[in-house]
Amino acid sequence: MTIQEIHDRLEKKFGPKVTGRNFEVLDPWIEIQAESLIEVARFLRDQPDLDFDMLHCVTAVDYFQPDPKKAAQAPWQPHLELIYHLSSFTHRHRLVLKTSLPRWQDGVEGELPRIASLSDLWSTAEWHEREVFDLMGIFFTGNADLRRILCPQDWVGHPLRKDYQMPEEYQGIRMRD
Amino acid sequence: MNLNATNDRRPSTLDPRGELVEFDLATDEMLVNMGPQHPSTHGVLRLVLRTDGEVVLSASPRVGYLHRCGEKFGENLSPRQFIPFTDRLDYISSMNMNLGWALTVEKLLGHEVTEKCRHLRIIVCELNRIANHLVAACSTGLDLGSFTPFMWAFREREKIQNLFEELCGARLTYSYVTVGGVTADAPPGWMKKVEQFLDQFEPVVVELNTVLTSNAIFIRRMAGTGVLSPAMATGYGCTGPVLRGSGVDWDLRRDGEPIYTRMYNGYQWSVIAEVDGKYPQDHPYPPVPRPAVLGDSWHRFYVRMLEVVQSMHLVRQAIEKYSRCGGDVGKPLPLKQKLPPGEAYLETETPKGQLGFMIISDGSPIPWRVRIRSCSFFHVQVLPEICRGAMLADMTAIIASMDIVLGEVDR
Repeated sequence: MTIQEIHDRLEKKFGPKVTGRNFEVLDPWIEIQAESLIEVARFLRDQPDLDFDMLHCVTAVDYFQPDPKKAAQAPWQPHLELIYHLSSFTHRHRLVLKTSLPRWQDGVEGELPRIASLSDLWSTAEWHEREVFDLMGIFFTGNADLRRILCPQDWVGHPLRKDYQMPEEYQGIRMRD
Repeated sequence: MNLNATNDRRPSTLDPRGELVEFDLATDEMLVNMGPQHPSTHGVLRLVLRTDGEVVLSASPRVGYLHRCGEKFGENLSPRQFIPFTDRLDYISSMNMNLGWALTVEKLLGHEVTEKCRHLRIIVCELNRIANHLVAACSTGLDLGSFTPFMWAFREREKIQNLFEELCGARLTYSYVTVGGVTADAPPGWMKKVEQFLDQFEPVVVELNTVLTSNAIFIRRMAGTGVLSPAMATGYGCTGPVLRGSGVDWDLRRDGEPIYTRMYNGYQWSVIAEVDGKYPQDHPYPPVPRPAVLGDSWHRFYVRMLEVVQSMHLVRQAIEKYSRCGGDVGKPLPLKQKLPPGEAYLETETPKGQLGFMIISDGSPIPWRVRIRSCSFFHVQVLPEICRGAMLADMTAIIASMDIVLGEVDR
């Protein structure tokens, strides 16, 4: 199935919940509302003609420019973006699904943005989401074991955020000169 | 005997003759830490095992001991400067790591390397695949207590490392395949040496098959343990030999994106996976033993051993094509080359599985975001599922059959 046909299927089923698309880029993508992620993902997995049985990668991107001078010229408003790479073994087609989230829930600094977990649909999502939670600070509701995975459990902050400050010391170890 | 002393979760019962049935007795459960310094966890992997005697009730992997946030490095370096960091992901098969990153950046740039360079890349990557599978297969033997094949395999791997040393000066972290080509063409006479290596290596594979693949003790230890069903393998994102060992006919060298698959255009080879009960047989190999079930440790091991021979065929073909090519092997891109704004995601078939890189650029020479999708990470994730109910001594066999490397898990 081509990306255009997949988009038409989604548009027909979900209407305005499909918020964007771009088929002219290297990896054509479809953007959906964050709130409807789980139902769209379930539809993509369970429909026999779509049958996306493999979740390759979950990527979180922080669109935030800490430098105020450069931030004024940035073409986007600060936000986080989640990118899901899916593919199907049976139909040999692939899809890039995007959704965007605020950097902080309700604009309150330190309050992690929330989105539904896909670990019920693809088991592999559990560790993907733990990693995104650890490094980017997105809270996945429904993930049974959302702990830090790569950083120590008592680590402070989410290192892949663009405004992350390396701590001065950790457990008595000086981190930088 | 005090019956109340037994575990009340599984109460002991009396058989009709009034005697205590001993195997119904549950012993005390124990938490055992396996790793992070355990030699057969292939790095700093820690598994927290809940055991009942010799039986593993559950395993819980703890990773991150080698974490250095490689993705953050990627956001502060230009793509060519990031090449040495990709070496340190899977340090057993660095050439393939370099290739994955180089192709991803080339995909973003729309850059195409010369034909000669493509064949040279295949030679080094497939040689590296042989080296990786030798380490994987024979450390499996080591973990099961057979030391000899380990030495034999490392002797052969040493020869591959010598070849790479002559090619690029490094024995482990090559940084040879780079964005826009390779750092330098092969020195004169190098191809001859590769052919000599392959000629003397062929009988060694037969030896390794004798001591491992068709060895009765080895089969008893590997067959039927750690069974991974195809559905579970895809659900957990398992790839590479682990996925093919479960009988899924999928190899990115054939099924991947055009920028990757066109490297292998014109090559004679077939994907190593059991389809309709048999493996593609283009070379004599020991048959599948009766106790082995599809998806168990033995099948994963077997796929790797078959891929060793296949990679040898690929290298031979590549040498022939390379020597017929004129022209040069391309020039590495400038260090501070500006990247076009956009995103590119590409997965390549490394010896351990599908390695994905994502690069997001905002138009400057430094990427905005770099993402590494590691394959070993998900092979660790699936461990608790396939270890449940295994014997404690089989844990090492199962871990070895997954062929993980912690540099790539922790990134």
